[in-house]
Amino acid sequence: MPSQSRIPFVNQPTRRGFLGGGAASLAFWSCVPSRAVAAPRDPRFLVIILRGGLDGLSYIAPVGDPDYIGLRGALALPVEGSDAATSLDGLFALNRNAPFLAELYKRREAIAIQAVATPYRGRSHFDGQDVLESGLGQVARIEDGWLNRSLGVVPAVGLPRRSGLALAAVVPLVIRGKQPIYSWIPPAANLPLRESTIQRLVDLYAATDPQLAAAFAEGISSRAVGRSETSAAPMPGQAPTSPGQAAPFAGFVAAAETAGRFLASADGPRIGALSFDGWDMHAHAGVVDGQLGRRLGGLDLAIRALHTALGAAWSETVIALVTEFGRTVRPNGSAGTDHGIATCALLLGGRVNGGRVIADWPGLSESALYEGRDLRPTIDLRSVLKGVLKDHLGLSAGALRARSMAS
Amino acid sequence: MSKSPKDAVTALRRFGLGVRPDELSRIDSDPHGFVASQLDSRSSAIIGVALPAAHERLGEIYRAERASRITKSAVTDARAKSSGSTLLKPEAALPTPARLAREAFKAEVEARVVHAVTTDAPFIERLVLFWSNHFAVSASKGIVRGIVGGFEREAIRPNVLGRFSDLVRAAAQHPAMLMYLDNVHSVGPKSDFGRKSGRGLNENLAREILELHTLGVSGGYSQADVRALAVLLTGWTVGNAASTKWVPGKFRFEPNWHEPGGALLLGRSYMQSGRAAGEAALLDLARHPSTARNIAGKLVRHFVGDATTDGLVGKLERAFLDSDGDLATVMRALLEAREAWTAPQQKVVPPYDYMVSLVRGFAQVEPPIRLHQFAARLGHVTWSPTSPKGWPDGDQDWAGPAALRERLRIVEVFARKVAGTADPRSLADQLLGAQLTPATRTHIERAEAHIQGLVILAMSPEFLRR
Repeated sequence: MPSQSRIPFVNQPTRRGFLGGGAASLAFWSCVPSRAVAAPRDPRFLVIILRGGLDGLSYIAPVGDPDYIGLRGALALPVEGSDAATSLDGLFALNRNAPFLAELYKRREAIAIQAVATPYRGRSHFDGQDVLESGLGQVARIEDGWLNRSLGVVPAVGLPRRSGLALAAVVPLVIRGKQPIYSWIPPAANLPLRESTIQRLVDLYAATDPQLAAAFAEGISSRAVGRSETSAAPMPGQAPTSPGQAAPFAGFVAAAETAGRFLASADGPRIGALSFDGWDMHAHAGVVDGQLGRRLGGLDLAIRALHTALGAAWSETVIALVTEFGRTVRPNGSAGTDHGIATCALLLGGRVNGGRVIADWPGLSESALYEGRDLRPTIDLRSVLKGVLKDHLGLSAGALRARSMAS
Repeated sequence: MSKSPKDAVTALRRFGLGVRPDELSRIDSDPHGFVASQLDSRSSAIIGVALPAAHERLGEIYRAERASRITKSAVTDARAKSSGSTLLKPEAALPTPARLAREAFKAEVEARVVHAVTTDAPFIERLVLFWSNHFAVSASKGIVRGIVGGFEREAIRPNVLGRFSDLVRAAAQHPAMLMYLDNVHSVGPKSDFGRKSGRGLNENLAREILELHTLGVSGGYSQADVRALAVLLTGWTVGNAASTKWVPGKFRFEPNWHEPGGALLLGRSYMQSGRAAGEAALLDLARHPSTARNIAGKLVRHFVGDATTDGLVGKLERAFLDSDGDLATVMRALLEAREAWTAPQQKVVPPYDYMVSLVRGFAQVEPPIRLHQFAARLGHVTWSPTSPKGWPDGDQDWAGPAALRERLRIVEVFARKVAGTADPRSLADQLLGAQLTPATRTHIERAEAHIQGLVILAMSPEFLRR
């Protein structure tokens, strides 16, 4: 096992670079020296937004922090017994409901980043998601997201199409914008669409409504891929159609699998976004066998499904799991947690030089907590994401500054 | 007010749920009066008087929960005694709590859809949809599924033309909201029960009341205010089945859970005893200038579009403050503003409203639940938004590429059913009136068959936007 964060503050980034302007990118996530692929690169990048505020301390738990058990109480992960968390290094351990993630970590294809946050310091889900997806330093209410802006400046080599991928009826802000996107939801009725009707609507929109024209063209262009390569899978939040081990999270798993197939296909999109909702657990969170534990288990199944569906393309892939903010370090009055600040993020995939937890661990002592209640952020999430855009997708420093995540 | 030929269709689309084939000519002489007069009748928002109340549905669900516990333990006991052989089986006929909640949900959805496609006061129904989404609860949270319909009928519908403060209180005290935003779990740490049990605050409801229901996220409150409101709302809970002292399934105040000593919220102290402190706080929040601004902006963006002017928002804001939050007065201010009628049609109609407008326009009889199912396929699941913020409401939010494509597929289903009876050219005139553009008319006229003409009508920019 790697030993980087056996002791807090090893692997310590310079703080100034990550806070404030957020201009620096986090370079040491990268795989490039050890896993450089000789063949022409065809990189894939998928961003999974865990909406509702993931309790990072229950996913990647700082079990070695002396204040952890005392502060977390009933929400502390056990380190012994059949439910014991999987040790990642001396400080952090992984929730037992994430066996596939543990496997990826062991194979050095997963990096966990702890005490990370966007520049947002409020506790509103919606403003938090706005900052996370716009990529700006504050709430800005703009109409495009950093992933879409990045699409516009990705070097063309190895990217046969610049379209982004969204698997949602309402396209998430992170990938909304000027660059075209593939968008897919399961067919609403068992009916083929008629080419002649499509053509007439394309004509009509072209003449009178440019916005509808663009959206309709994108919708139609992704139809064939959707039909030939995916079954009518339920979307996140929808009732599952088939029973089985993944039943409550069948929507998660199906969406992940669909995304994997799109990204794997020869002429498919290469950059995409997915949302998994439902992480806002204010009461009876249940980190091992309660609602949070089960949902982490569902997420693990979804990651596994992505891995399978990507097939050989996994080796060219980076997946980022991010959330708008973390949660209070102490449980609230009803064995859940309220909205907090810093949390964890994950980078997964064959292009990740993993098997490490990256943290400038602030600790959980009373004086270390942000406003006396939340995990203090020490890494700017934008620096992590910029690192991926730069090293994996080849965005230049100039493009990063100007287009993707201006601060 | 000056009048334009487009006003009749605007009255029925922007301020309604779509045009019925004979409707434009009927209201053409006074489209403004047609909309404004709907504000005079508070009772037109009321539906489903024969449906069980939310507390009756909850009571039934609690009984089923209790019965299933008893049955389970009886089975376990019997198994233990008879070394493996089963003497008692759970009664198959006994409905499970989840099934009761599902059945209640379906009945409520059907009542709502039937009303939407038949109502003669569509503007009032739009207000119901707006406020129901503003005070969003979601069927995705356990047994809340069984009472989301009751929430809308009991907390929203009676108040959409009343005072905003009544709406805020009715929403915050409804079991669906108390359960959805976890206030039923919030205990004053220094209350009797809090000291005994070690339990404490849950700030979920308090935060969303400040951020979403009243002041708005930039309305000028702090984390300390969130906590203060949470303190004031401790003890606001729902009667469970375990006592004869209260009605199961109804809002009740539990003094033993209430944090003593009051709290300081937005610089004002609330020291009243019992539930009065929380009610006083909600009243002040409902009357706050930030709330007036927040509500006015949200209403204008909803009905007119994202590119609204400060002037129009200011008119509603003043009407709100001058009338002490009388919502009928606020809506009159909107209807009296000429720009509310003349602003370009930018808002893509959300799937549920769109399905209702298809049925109204095509005079098509569909099983009510089908409308809900079609809207759900387009991502708009009745009473099931994915967050307390409710459904997105931006001009283009419902024009996602895949959703637009699947809308076409659904329209095909409808067009096939009515193709024999409806002429697309005359229907286009009847449904879009003066908003029908030459381009759309030409494309409908040149369609290769009636079905295709109807599809182009329903997918035209004029029909997709309002």
